[in-house]
Amino acid sequence: MLSQQIITLIDKELKKYPADQRQSAVMAALRFVQDEKGWIAPDDMSDIAEYLGMPQMAVFEVATFYHMYNLKPMGQYTLTVCTNLSCQLCGSGDTLEHLHKRLGIGLGEVTANGKYGIREGECMGACVDAPMFSINNKQLCGRLTNEKIDQILAELDKQ
Amino acid sequence: MSAQIILATAADGLAKLDNYVKAGGYQALRKVLTEKMSADAIIAEVKASGLRGRGGAGFPTGLKWSFMPKNYDGVKYLVCNSDEGEPGTCKDRDILRYNPHVLIEGMAIAAYTMSVKAGYNYIHGEIFEAYEVMEAACEEARKAGYLGKNILGFDFEFDLHNHMGYGAYVCGEETALLESIEGKKGQPRFKPPFPASFGLYGKPTTINNTETFASIPYIICEGGQKFAELGVPNSGGIKLFSISGHVNNPGNFELPMGTPFKKLLELAGGVRNGHKLKAVIPGGSSMPVLPAEIMMDVNLDYDSLQKAGSYLGSGAVIVMDETTCMVKALERLSYFYFEESCGQCTPCREGTGWLYRIIHRIEHGEGKPEDLDLLLSLCDNIAGRTVCALGDAAAWPVQGMLKHFRKEFEYHIEHKRCLV
Repeated sequence: MLSQQIITLIDKELKKYPADQRQSAVMAALRFVQDEKGWIAPDDMSDIAEYLGMPQMAVFEVATFYHMYNLKPMGQYTLTVCTNLSCQLCGSGDTLEHLHKRLGIGLGEVTANGKYGIREGECMGACVDAPMFSINNKQLCGRLTNEKIDQILAELDKQ
Repeated sequence: MSAQIILATAADGLAKLDNYVKAGGYQALRKVLTEKMSADAIIAEVKASGLRGRGGAGFPTGLKWSFMPKNYDGVKYLVCNSDEGEPGTCKDRDILRYNPHVLIEGMAIAAYTMSVKAGYNYIHGEIFEAYEVMEAACEEARKAGYLGKNILGFDFEFDLHNHMGYGAYVCGEETALLESIEGKKGQPRFKPPFPASFGLYGKPTTINNTETFASIPYIICEGGQKFAELGVPNSGGIKLFSISGHVNNPGNFELPMGTPFKKLLELAGGVRNGHKLKAVIPGGSSMPVLPAEIMMDVNLDYDSLQKAGSYLGSGAVIVMDETTCMVKALERLSYFYFEESCGQCTPCREGTGWLYRIIHRIEHGEGKPEDLDLLLSLCDNIAGRTVCALGDAAAWPVQGMLKHFRKEFEYHIEHKRCLV
Protein backbone atom coordinates (compact mmCIF):
# COMPACT_ATOMS: atom_id res chain seq x y z
CA MET A 1 0.00 0.00 0.00
CA LEU A 2 1.26 3.45 -0.87
CA SER A 3 1.09 5.73 2.14
CA GLN A 4 -1.17 8.76 2.12
CA GLN A 5 1.90 10.95 2.10
CA ILE A 6 3.21 9.30 -1.06
CA ILE A 7 -0.20 9.52 -2.75
CA THR A 8 -0.32 13.25 -1.98
CA LEU A 9 3.16 13.75 -3.44
CA ILE A 10 2.33 11.74 -6.57
CA ASP A 11 -0.90 13.70 -7.07
CA LYS A 12 1.06 16.93 -6.91
CA GLU A 13 3.51 15.58 -9.47
CA LEU A 14 0.70 14.42 -11.78
CA LYS A 15 -0.44 18.02 -12.16
CA LYS A 16 2.72 18.72 -14.15
CA TYR A 17 1.68 16.41 -17.00
CA PRO A 18 -1.31 16.13 -19.35
CA ALA A 19 -4.17 14.25 -17.67
CA ASP A 20 -3.82 11.28 -20.02
CA GLN A 21 -0.07 10.93 -19.33
CA ARG A 22 -0.07 9.57 -15.78
CA GLN A 23 2.93 7.35 -16.56
CA SER A 24 5.09 10.50 -16.66
CA ALA A 25 4.95 10.54 -12.85
CA VAL A 26 6.45 7.06 -12.46
CA MET A 27 10.02 8.25 -11.86
CA ALA A 28 8.87 10.62 -9.15
CA ALA A 29 6.61 7.98 -7.60
CA LEU A 30 9.52 5.54 -7.30
CA ARG A 31 11.64 8.28 -5.78
CA PHE A 32 8.97 9.06 -3.16
CA VAL A 33 8.77 5.40 -2.16
CA GLN A 34 12.55 5.24 -1.81
CA ASP A 35 12.59 8.46 0.23
CA GLU A 36 10.08 6.94 2.64
CA LYS A 37 11.25 3.34 2.87
CA GLY A 38 14.89 3.52 1.80
CA TRP A 39 14.35 1.09 -1.06
CA ILE A 40 11.77 -0.10 -3.56
CA ALA A 41 10.29 -3.58 -3.25
CA PRO A 42 8.40 -5.40 -6.03
CA ASP A 43 5.15 -4.83 -4.12
CA ASP A 44 5.75 -1.08 -4.22
CA MET A 45 6.17 -1.30 -7.97
CA SER A 46 2.82 -3.10 -8.26
CA ASP A 47 1.16 -0.41 -6.16
CA ILE A 48 2.62 2.35 -8.32
CA ALA A 49 1.58 0.51 -11.49
CA GLU A 50 -1.95 0.25 -10.23
CA TYR A 51 -2.12 3.86 -9.11
CA LEU A 52 -0.75 5.25 -12.38
CA GLY A 53 -2.61 2.78 -14.56
CA MET A 54 0.41 1.29 -16.27
CA PRO A 55 1.74 -2.28 -16.61
CA GLN A 56 3.74 -3.53 -13.65
CA MET A 57 6.51 -4.54 -16.04
CA ALA A 58 6.80 -0.95 -17.27
CA VAL A 59 7.39 0.22 -13.68
CA PHE A 60 9.98 -2.53 -13.21
CA GLU A 61 11.74 -1.43 -16.41
CA VAL A 62 12.05 2.11 -15.12
CA ALA A 63 13.14 1.07 -11.63
CA THR A 64 15.91 -1.12 -13.03
CA PHE A 65 17.03 1.28 -15.79
CA TYR A 66 17.86 4.29 -13.63
CA HIS A 67 20.80 3.72 -11.29
CA MET A 68 19.73 5.80 -8.32
CA TYR A 69 16.85 3.57 -7.28
CA ASN A 70 17.70 1.15 -4.48
CA LEU A 71 16.27 -2.24 -5.32
CA LYS A 72 17.41 -3.68 -1.99
CA PRO A 73 17.79 -2.08 1.45
CA MET A 74 20.86 0.18 1.38
CA GLY A 75 20.90 1.42 4.96
CA GLN A 76 19.36 4.41 6.66
CA TYR A 77 22.01 6.55 4.97
CA THR A 78 23.09 5.53 1.50
CA LEU A 79 26.40 7.12 0.63
CA THR A 80 26.86 7.14 -3.14
CA VAL A 81 30.48 7.79 -4.02
CA CYS A 82 31.29 9.16 -7.46
CA THR A 83 34.33 7.39 -8.90
CA ASN A 84 34.27 8.90 -12.37
CA LEU A 85 37.31 10.58 -13.90
CA SER A 86 37.37 14.02 -12.25
CA CYS A 87 36.68 12.41 -8.87
CA GLN A 88 39.20 9.65 -9.52
CA LEU A 89 41.87 12.25 -10.32
CA CYS A 90 41.04 14.04 -7.07
CA GLY A 91 41.17 10.95 -4.89
CA SER A 92 37.82 9.13 -4.88
CA GLY A 93 39.85 5.97 -4.33
CA ASP A 94 40.97 7.37 -0.97
CA THR A 95 37.36 8.33 -0.17
CA LEU A 96 36.24 4.74 -0.69
CA GLU A 97 39.16 3.38 1.28
CA HIS A 98 38.47 5.71 4.20
CA LEU A 99 34.77 4.82 4.23
CA HIS A 100 35.72 1.16 4.10
CA LYS A 101 38.04 1.63 7.07
CA ARG A 102 35.51 3.62 9.07
CA LEU A 103 32.40 1.58 8.31
CA GLY A 104 33.88 -1.84 7.60
CA ILE A 105 31.90 -2.23 4.39
CA GLY A 106 32.63 -2.06 0.69
CA LEU A 107 30.62 -1.07 -2.37
CA GLY A 108 27.08 -2.40 -2.42
CA GLU A 109 27.21 -3.37 1.27
CA VAL A 110 25.33 -2.21 4.37
CA THR A 111 26.65 -1.99 7.94
CA ALA A 112 25.36 -4.67 10.34
CA ASN A 113 23.29 -2.10 12.25
CA GLY A 114 21.62 -1.03 9.03
CA LYS A 115 22.74 2.55 9.42
CA TYR A 116 25.04 3.00 6.41
CA GLY A 117 25.30 1.64 2.91
CA ILE A 118 27.81 2.49 0.19
CA ARG A 119 27.08 2.62 -3.51
CA GLU A 120 29.24 3.56 -6.47
CA GLY A 121 27.81 6.44 -8.45
CA GLU A 122 28.38 7.80 -11.90
CA CYS A 123 29.09 11.45 -12.65
CA MET A 124 27.00 13.68 -10.40
CA GLY A 125 27.55 16.79 -12.49
CA ALA A 126 29.42 18.62 -9.76
CA CYS A 127 32.97 17.76 -10.84
CA VAL A 128 34.56 20.98 -9.59
CA ASP A 129 33.78 19.75 -6.04
CA ALA A 130 35.52 16.38 -6.49
CA PRO A 131 35.82 14.03 -4.71
CA MET A 132 32.30 13.64 -3.43
CA PHE A 133 29.47 11.45 -2.24
CA SER A 134 25.76 12.04 -1.91
CA ILE A 135 23.65 11.16 1.12
CA ASN A 136 20.37 9.49 0.20
CA ASN A 137 20.48 11.19 -3.21
CA LYS A 138 19.58 14.45 -1.51
CA GLN A 139 22.71 16.11 -0.26
CA LEU A 140 26.00 16.34 -2.12
CA CYS A 141 29.12 16.47 0.03
CA GLY A 142 32.13 17.60 -1.96
CA ARG A 143 35.84 18.37 -1.67
CA LEU A 144 36.07 15.45 0.74
CA THR A 145 39.08 14.80 2.92
CA ASN A 146 39.37 12.10 5.57
CA GLU A 147 38.70 14.73 8.26
CA LYS A 148 35.62 16.01 6.45
CA ILE A 149 34.30 12.48 6.02
CA ASP A 150 34.79 11.86 9.76
CA GLN A 151 32.85 15.03 10.56
CA ILE A 152 29.97 14.05 8.28
CA LEU A 153 29.82 10.56 9.78
CA ALA A 154 29.90 12.00 13.31
CA GLU A 155 26.92 14.20 12.45
CA LEU A 156 25.00 11.29 10.95
CA ASP A 157 25.87 9.07 13.93
CA LYS A 158 24.03 11.50 16.18
CA GLN A 159 20.84 11.34 14.13
CA MET B 1 24.80 44.10 -17.63
CA SER B 2 28.13 43.09 -16.20
CA ALA B 3 30.75 41.03 -17.92
CA GLN B 4 29.22 38.02 -16.20
CA ILE B 5 26.10 37.31 -18.19
CA ILE B 6 24.89 33.98 -16.89
CA LEU B 7 27.20 32.75 -14.20
CA ALA B 8 26.32 33.74 -10.65
CA THR B 9 27.22 32.64 -7.16
CA ALA B 10 25.11 32.09 -4.06
CA ALA B 11 26.20 35.51 -2.82
CA ASP B 12 24.49 37.22 -5.77
CA GLY B 13 21.13 36.04 -4.42
CA LEU B 14 19.63 35.88 -7.92
CA ALA B 15 17.64 32.76 -7.11
CA LYS B 16 15.16 35.14 -5.45
CA LEU B 17 12.88 36.74 -8.02
CA ASP B 18 13.08 40.24 -6.51
CA ASN B 19 16.85 40.32 -6.76
CA TYR B 20 16.78 39.01 -10.32
CA VAL B 21 14.30 41.70 -11.37
CA LYS B 22 16.32 44.39 -9.59
CA ALA B 23 19.40 43.26 -11.53
CA GLY B 24 17.54 43.87 -14.79
CA GLY B 25 15.92 40.46 -15.09
CA TYR B 26 12.81 39.77 -17.18
CA GLN B 27 13.44 42.91 -19.24
CA ALA B 28 14.08 40.80 -22.32
CA LEU B 29 10.76 39.01 -21.91
CA ARG B 30 9.02 42.34 -21.33
CA LYS B 31 10.68 43.68 -24.45
CA VAL B 32 9.49 40.91 -26.80
CA LEU B 33 5.96 41.16 -25.40
CA THR B 34 5.72 44.98 -25.36
CA GLU B 35 7.24 45.39 -28.79
CA LYS B 36 5.25 42.40 -30.06
CA MET B 37 8.42 41.11 -31.69
CA SER B 38 7.68 38.64 -34.45
CA ALA B 39 8.97 35.09 -34.28
CA ASP B 40 11.01 35.73 -37.41
CA ALA B 41 12.64 38.79 -35.83
CA ILE B 42 13.59 36.87 -32.67
CA ILE B 43 14.95 33.94 -34.65
CA ALA B 44 16.94 36.35 -36.81
CA GLU B 45 18.43 37.88 -33.66
CA VAL B 46 19.36 34.45 -32.28
CA LYS B 47 20.90 33.50 -35.63
CA ALA B 48 22.89 36.75 -35.66
CA SER B 49 24.21 35.94 -32.17
CA GLY B 50 25.98 32.86 -33.46
CA LEU B 51 24.66 30.96 -30.44
CA ARG B 52 25.26 27.24 -30.81
CA GLY B 53 23.89 24.48 -28.58
CA ARG B 54 25.80 24.57 -25.32
CA GLY B 55 25.06 20.97 -24.36
CA GLY B 56 27.92 19.71 -26.48
CA ALA B 57 26.73 19.21 -30.04
CA GLY B 58 27.00 22.88 -30.99
CA PHE B 59 24.01 22.96 -33.33
CA PRO B 60 23.00 26.55 -34.28
CA THR B 61 20.14 27.52 -31.95
CA GLY B 62 18.34 29.91 -34.29
CA LEU B 63 18.26 27.26 -36.99
CA LYS B 64 16.87 24.69 -34.57
CA TRP B 65 14.07 27.04 -33.54
CA SER B 66 13.16 27.61 -37.18
CA PHE B 67 12.44 23.87 -37.59
CA MET B 68 9.35 24.05 -35.39
CA PRO B 69 6.14 23.96 -37.44
CA LYS B 70 4.46 27.34 -37.76
CA ASN B 71 0.72 27.89 -38.10
CA TYR B 72 0.21 24.61 -36.29
CA ASP B 73 -2.89 24.38 -34.15
CA GLY B 74 -2.00 21.45 -31.91
CA VAL B 75 0.04 21.21 -28.74
CA LYS B 76 3.79 21.85 -28.97
CA TYR B 77 6.42 21.47 -26.26
CA LEU B 78 9.61 23.15 -25.18
CA VAL B 79 12.12 21.08 -23.22
CA CYS B 80 15.24 22.15 -21.39
CA ASN B 81 18.02 19.60 -21.12
CA SER B 82 19.52 20.07 -17.64
CA ASP B 83 20.55 16.41 -17.47
CA GLU B 84 24.16 17.33 -17.12
CA GLY B 85 26.02 14.05 -16.71
CA GLU B 86 28.93 14.23 -19.13
CA PRO B 87 31.88 13.66 -16.80
CA GLY B 88 33.64 16.95 -16.13
CA THR B 89 30.58 19.08 -16.84
CA CYS B 90 28.88 21.01 -14.05
CA LYS B 91 28.08 24.43 -15.48
CA ASP B 92 24.29 24.03 -15.78
CA ARG B 93 24.11 23.15 -12.11
CA ASP B 94 25.31 26.66 -11.24
CA ILE B 95 22.72 28.24 -13.55
CA LEU B 96 19.96 26.16 -11.95
CA ARG B 97 20.89 26.85 -8.36
CA TYR B 98 22.26 30.40 -8.56
CA ASN B 99 20.47 31.96 -11.54
CA PRO B 100 17.28 30.00 -12.21
CA HIS B 101 15.24 32.92 -13.50
CA VAL B 102 17.58 33.59 -16.42
CA LEU B 103 16.67 30.08 -17.58
CA ILE B 104 12.94 30.63 -17.00
CA GLU B 105 13.12 33.93 -18.88
CA GLY B 106 15.06 32.38 -21.77
CA MET B 107 12.56 29.54 -22.02
CA ALA B 108 9.60 31.92 -21.89
CA ILE B 109 11.07 33.90 -24.81
CA ALA B 110 11.67 30.66 -26.73
CA ALA B 111 8.10 29.56 -25.97
CA TYR B 112 6.74 32.88 -27.22
CA THR B 113 8.83 32.57 -30.39
CA MET B 114 7.64 29.06 -31.19
CA SER B 115 4.07 29.48 -29.86
CA VAL B 116 4.51 26.85 -27.17
CA LYS B 117 2.42 26.77 -24.01
CA ALA B 118 4.06 24.03 -21.98
CA GLY B 119 7.64 23.29 -21.12
CA TYR B 120 9.65 20.82 -19.07
CA ASN B 121 13.05 21.20 -17.52
CA TYR B 122 14.69 17.78 -17.15
CA ILE B 123 17.17 17.96 -14.27
CA HIS B 124 20.05 15.56 -13.56
CA GLY B 125 18.91 13.34 -10.68
CA GLU B 126 22.08 13.76 -8.66
CA ILE B 127 21.62 17.48 -8.05
CA PHE B 128 18.52 17.54 -5.86
CA GLU B 129 19.44 20.91 -4.41
CA ALA B 130 19.25 22.48 -7.88
CA TYR B 131 15.88 20.80 -8.46
CA GLU B 132 14.51 22.34 -5.28
CA VAL B 133 15.77 25.79 -6.26
CA MET B 134 14.15 25.44 -9.70
CA GLU B 135 10.85 24.27 -8.19
CA ALA B 136 10.81 27.30 -5.89
CA ALA B 137 11.83 29.67 -8.70
CA CYS B 138 9.07 28.41 -11.02
CA GLU B 139 6.53 28.80 -8.22
CA GLU B 140 7.71 32.34 -7.55
CA ALA B 141 7.64 33.20 -11.27
CA ARG B 142 4.12 31.76 -11.57
CA LYS B 143 2.83 33.83 -8.66
CA ALA B 144 4.41 37.01 -10.05
CA GLY B 145 2.96 36.50 -13.52
CA TYR B 146 6.11 35.51 -15.39
CA LEU B 147 4.75 32.02 -15.98
CA GLY B 148 1.18 30.83 -16.48
CA LYS B 149 -1.66 32.56 -18.29
CA ASN B 150 -1.56 36.20 -19.47
CA ILE B 151 2.13 36.63 -18.74
CA LEU B 152 2.87 40.24 -17.75
CA GLY B 153 -0.71 41.06 -18.75
CA PHE B 154 -0.23 40.03 -22.38
CA ASP B 155 -2.11 37.40 -24.31
CA PHE B 156 0.70 34.89 -23.86
CA GLU B 157 0.59 31.65 -21.91
CA PHE B 158 3.49 29.44 -20.93
CA ASP B 159 4.03 27.16 -17.97
CA LEU B 160 7.18 25.33 -17.00
CA HIS B 161 7.61 22.20 -14.89
CA ASN B 162 10.69 20.46 -13.58
CA HIS B 163 11.18 16.74 -14.10
CA MET B 164 13.88 14.94 -12.22
CA GLY B 165 16.06 12.28 -13.79
CA TYR B 166 17.38 9.50 -11.58
CA GLY B 167 20.75 8.36 -12.80
CA ALA B 168 20.98 7.61 -16.51
CA TYR B 169 23.65 9.36 -18.57
CA VAL B 170 21.94 8.41 -21.82
CA CYS B 171 18.97 10.64 -20.92
CA GLY B 172 21.15 13.60 -21.86
CA GLU B 173 20.47 12.44 -25.43
CA GLU B 174 17.42 14.44 -26.43
CA THR B 175 15.10 11.65 -27.54
CA ALA B 176 16.05 9.43 -24.57
CA LEU B 177 15.19 12.41 -22.40
CA LEU B 178 11.76 12.64 -24.02
CA GLU B 179 11.17 8.93 -23.41
CA SER B 180 12.15 9.51 -19.80
CA ILE B 181 9.66 12.36 -19.35
CA GLU B 182 7.04 9.99 -20.77
CA GLY B 183 7.83 7.64 -17.88
CA LYS B 184 9.81 5.04 -19.78
CA LYS B 185 13.33 3.67 -19.90
CA GLY B 186 15.55 6.30 -21.45
CA GLN B 187 16.33 4.60 -24.75
CA PRO B 188 17.03 6.99 -27.64
CA ARG B 189 14.64 7.04 -30.57
CA PHE B 190 15.66 6.50 -34.15
CA LYS B 191 15.81 9.79 -36.05
CA PRO B 192 14.09 10.87 -38.27
CA PRO B 193 11.46 11.80 -37.32
CA PHE B 194 13.20 14.59 -35.43
CA PRO B 195 11.65 16.04 -32.26
CA ALA B 196 10.51 19.17 -34.14
CA SER B 197 7.94 16.96 -35.87
CA PHE B 198 7.57 14.04 -33.41
CA GLY B 199 8.76 14.92 -29.92
CA LEU B 200 7.31 14.71 -26.43
CA TYR B 201 4.06 12.70 -26.41
CA GLY B 202 4.43 12.67 -30.21
CA LYS B 203 4.05 16.44 -30.47
CA PRO B 204 6.43 18.96 -32.10
CA THR B 205 9.14 19.70 -29.54
CA THR B 206 12.26 21.81 -29.29
CA ILE B 207 14.99 20.78 -26.86
CA ASN B 208 17.84 23.06 -25.87
CA ASN B 209 20.50 22.96 -23.21
CA THR B 210 20.18 25.04 -20.01
CA GLU B 211 23.04 27.37 -20.89
CA THR B 212 21.63 27.86 -24.39
CA PHE B 213 18.29 29.10 -23.02
CA ALA B 214 20.09 31.16 -20.38
CA SER B 215 21.97 33.04 -23.13
CA ILE B 216 18.74 34.23 -24.77
CA PRO B 217 17.78 37.18 -22.48
CA TYR B 218 21.12 38.88 -23.12
CA ILE B 219 20.78 38.37 -26.88
CA ILE B 220 17.31 39.94 -26.85
CA CYS B 221 18.32 42.89 -24.65
CA GLU B 222 21.67 43.68 -26.19
CA GLY B 223 21.22 42.31 -29.69
CA GLY B 224 22.56 39.22 -31.41
CA GLN B 225 25.42 41.12 -32.98
CA LYS B 226 26.77 42.24 -29.63
CA PHE B 227 26.65 38.69 -28.27
CA ALA B 228 28.42 37.37 -31.37
CA GLU B 229 31.15 39.96 -31.00
CA LEU B 230 31.95 38.75 -27.49
CA GLY B 231 33.31 35.60 -29.11
CA VAL B 232 35.12 34.78 -32.31
CA PRO B 233 33.81 34.03 -35.82
CA ASN B 234 31.76 30.80 -35.94
CA SER B 235 31.81 30.61 -32.10
CA GLY B 236 29.66 33.50 -30.99
CA GLY B 237 29.34 34.78 -27.47
CA ILE B 238 30.51 33.79 -24.06
CA LYS B 239 30.58 30.26 -22.69
CA LEU B 240 30.72 28.59 -19.31
CA PHE B 241 33.73 26.37 -18.77
CA SER B 242 33.96 23.84 -15.94
CA ILE B 243 37.56 23.07 -15.12
CA SER B 244 38.17 20.05 -12.89
CA GLY B 245 40.83 17.47 -12.09
CA HIS B 246 44.41 18.38 -11.28
CA VAL B 247 44.13 22.16 -10.81
CA ASN B 248 44.55 24.23 -7.66
CA ASN B 249 41.24 26.03 -7.97
CA PRO B 250 38.64 23.98 -9.85
CA GLY B 251 35.47 25.86 -10.76
CA ASN B 252 33.18 27.33 -13.38
CA PHE B 253 34.31 30.31 -15.40
CA GLU B 254 32.38 32.43 -17.87
CA LEU B 255 34.70 33.44 -20.68
CA PRO B 256 34.52 34.72 -24.24
CA MET B 257 34.68 32.01 -26.88
CA GLY B 258 38.20 31.84 -28.22
CA THR B 259 39.86 32.38 -24.84
CA PRO B 260 43.24 30.63 -24.77
CA PHE B 261 43.27 27.47 -22.66
CA LYS B 262 46.36 28.90 -20.97
CA LYS B 263 44.21 31.71 -19.57
CA LEU B 264 41.60 29.31 -18.19
CA LEU B 265 44.30 27.21 -16.57
CA GLU B 266 45.68 30.36 -14.97
CA LEU B 267 42.24 31.33 -13.64
CA ALA B 268 41.95 27.85 -12.14
CA GLY B 269 45.17 28.46 -10.22
CA GLY B 270 47.40 26.40 -12.48
CA VAL B 271 48.24 22.71 -12.24
CA ARG B 272 47.99 21.49 -8.65
CA ASN B 273 51.04 21.53 -6.40
CA GLY B 274 53.24 22.96 -9.14
CA HIS B 275 53.10 19.71 -11.13
CA LYS B 276 53.61 19.58 -14.87
CA LEU B 277 50.61 19.44 -17.17
CA LYS B 278 50.31 16.14 -19.00
CA ALA B 279 47.01 16.11 -20.86
CA VAL B 280 43.59 17.69 -21.06
CA ILE B 281 40.18 16.45 -22.10
CA PRO B 282 38.81 19.73 -23.42
CA GLY B 283 35.05 19.24 -23.75
CA GLY B 284 33.67 16.58 -21.44
CA SER B 285 34.82 12.97 -21.13
CA SER B 286 33.61 11.92 -24.59
CA MET B 287 35.95 14.25 -26.40
CA PRO B 288 39.39 13.02 -27.50
CA VAL B 289 42.20 13.83 -25.07
CA LEU B 290 44.94 16.26 -26.13
CA PRO B 291 48.52 16.33 -24.82
CA ALA B 292 49.82 19.38 -22.92
CA GLU B 293 51.97 20.72 -25.77
CA ILE B 294 48.92 21.00 -28.06
CA MET B 295 46.60 22.34 -25.34
CA MET B 296 48.91 25.13 -24.24
CA ASP B 297 48.61 26.68 -27.70
CA VAL B 298 44.92 26.10 -28.28
CA ASN B 299 42.01 28.52 -27.97
CA LEU B 300 38.70 27.42 -26.53
CA ASP B 301 36.26 27.66 -29.42
CA TYR B 302 34.63 25.23 -31.82
CA ASP B 303 37.03 25.64 -34.75
CA SER B 304 40.32 25.85 -32.83
CA LEU B 305 39.65 22.66 -30.88
CA GLN B 306 38.50 20.81 -33.96
CA LYS B 307 41.67 21.83 -35.76
CA ALA B 308 43.65 20.53 -32.77
CA GLY B 309 41.95 17.13 -33.04
CA SER B 310 39.25 17.34 -30.42
CA TYR B 311 36.02 19.25 -29.76
CA LEU B 312 34.70 22.02 -27.54
CA GLY B 313 31.82 19.76 -26.48
CA SER B 314 30.17 20.98 -23.30
CA GLY B 315 33.14 23.15 -22.31
CA ALA B 316 34.14 20.80 -19.51
CA VAL B 317 37.88 20.80 -19.19
CA ILE B 318 39.45 17.88 -17.30
CA VAL B 319 43.08 18.52 -16.42
CA MET B 320 45.57 15.70 -15.85
CA ASP B 321 49.05 16.25 -14.48
CA GLU B 322 52.23 14.22 -14.94
CA THR B 323 51.27 11.71 -12.22
CA THR B 324 48.24 10.48 -14.19
CA CYS B 325 48.24 6.95 -15.55
CA MET B 326 46.45 7.23 -18.88
CA VAL B 327 45.52 3.54 -18.89
CA LYS B 328 43.80 3.88 -15.53
CA ALA B 329 42.03 7.07 -16.64
CA LEU B 330 40.77 5.43 -19.81
CA GLU B 331 39.75 2.30 -17.91
CA ARG B 332 37.42 4.41 -15.75
CA LEU B 333 35.93 6.25 -18.71
CA SER B 334 35.35 3.02 -20.61
CA TYR B 335 33.65 1.52 -17.58
CA PHE B 336 31.35 4.54 -17.54
CA TYR B 337 30.19 4.08 -21.15
CA PHE B 338 29.80 0.33 -20.63
CA GLU B 339 27.70 0.99 -17.53
CA GLU B 340 25.62 3.69 -19.21
CA SER B 341 24.96 2.08 -22.59
CA CYS B 342 21.18 1.69 -22.75
CA GLY B 343 21.57 -1.72 -24.36
CA GLN B 344 19.44 -0.99 -27.38
CA CYS B 345 22.05 -1.21 -30.18
CA THR B 346 24.29 -4.25 -30.36
CA PRO B 347 27.51 -2.44 -31.40
CA CYS B 348 27.30 -0.19 -28.33
CA ARG B 349 25.92 -2.71 -25.82
CA GLU B 350 28.52 -5.37 -26.66
CA GLY B 351 31.27 -3.07 -27.89
CA THR B 352 31.47 -0.89 -24.77
CA GLY B 353 31.81 -4.07 -22.69
CA TRP B 354 34.66 -5.28 -24.88
CA LEU B 355 36.41 -1.91 -24.71
CA TYR B 356 36.20 -1.90 -20.92
CA ARG B 357 37.32 -5.50 -20.48
CA ILE B 358 40.35 -5.07 -22.76
CA ILE B 359 41.47 -1.83 -21.12
CA HIS B 360 40.85 -3.38 -17.71
CA ARG B 361 43.14 -6.29 -18.52
CA ILE B 362 45.85 -3.95 -19.82
CA GLU B 363 45.62 -1.92 -16.59
CA HIS B 364 45.88 -5.13 -14.56
CA GLY B 365 48.96 -6.47 -16.32
CA GLU B 366 47.19 -8.99 -18.53
CA GLY B 367 47.20 -7.08 -21.80
CA LYS B 368 48.47 -8.54 -25.05
CA PRO B 369 50.38 -6.63 -27.75
CA GLU B 370 47.55 -7.14 -30.25
CA ASP B 371 45.03 -5.55 -27.87
CA LEU B 372 45.72 -2.01 -29.02
CA ASP B 373 44.79 -2.69 -32.63
CA LEU B 374 41.84 -4.71 -31.41
CA LEU B 375 40.64 -1.66 -29.45
CA LEU B 376 40.85 0.53 -32.54
CA SER B 377 39.01 -2.01 -34.65
CA LEU B 378 36.29 -2.19 -31.98
CA CYS B 379 35.98 1.60 -32.06
CA ASP B 380 35.47 1.48 -35.82
CA ASN B 381 32.71 -1.03 -35.32
CA ILE B 382 30.89 1.04 -32.70
CA ALA B 383 31.16 4.67 -33.83
CA GLY B 384 28.56 5.70 -36.35
CA ARG B 385 26.72 2.38 -36.12
CA THR B 386 24.25 3.16 -33.37
CA VAL B 387 20.97 5.03 -32.92
CA CYS B 388 22.52 7.73 -30.73
CA ALA B 389 25.94 9.24 -30.14
CA LEU B 390 26.76 7.26 -26.99
CA GLY B 391 28.61 4.77 -29.18
CA ASP B 392 30.77 7.54 -30.63
CA ALA B 393 31.24 8.96 -27.14
CA ALA B 394 32.65 5.60 -26.01
CA ALA B 395 34.96 5.29 -29.00
CA TRP B 396 36.46 8.80 -29.14
CA PRO B 397 38.29 8.71 -25.78
CA VAL B 398 39.89 5.38 -26.74
CA GLN B 399 40.96 6.67 -30.15
CA GLY B 400 42.29 9.90 -28.63
CA MET B 401 44.29 8.10 -25.95
CA LEU B 402 45.83 5.66 -28.43
CA LYS B 403 46.66 8.46 -30.84
CA HIS B 404 48.60 10.50 -28.30
CA PHE B 405 49.62 8.07 -25.54
CA ARG B 406 50.01 4.74 -27.32
CA LYS B 407 53.51 4.32 -25.87
CA GLU B 408 52.12 4.35 -22.37
CA PHE B 409 49.70 1.55 -23.24
CA GLU B 410 52.50 -0.44 -24.88
CA TYR B 411 54.65 0.00 -21.77
CA HIS B 412 51.80 -1.27 -19.61
CA ILE B 413 51.39 -4.36 -21.77
CA GLU B 414 55.11 -5.10 -21.93
CA HIS B 415 56.10 -4.35 -18.32
CA LYS B 416 52.78 -5.09 -16.63
CA ARG B 417 53.00 -1.85 -14.72
CA CYS B 418 52.62 1.89 -15.00
CA LEU B 419 54.97 4.26 -16.76
CA VAL B 420 54.23 7.02 -14.24
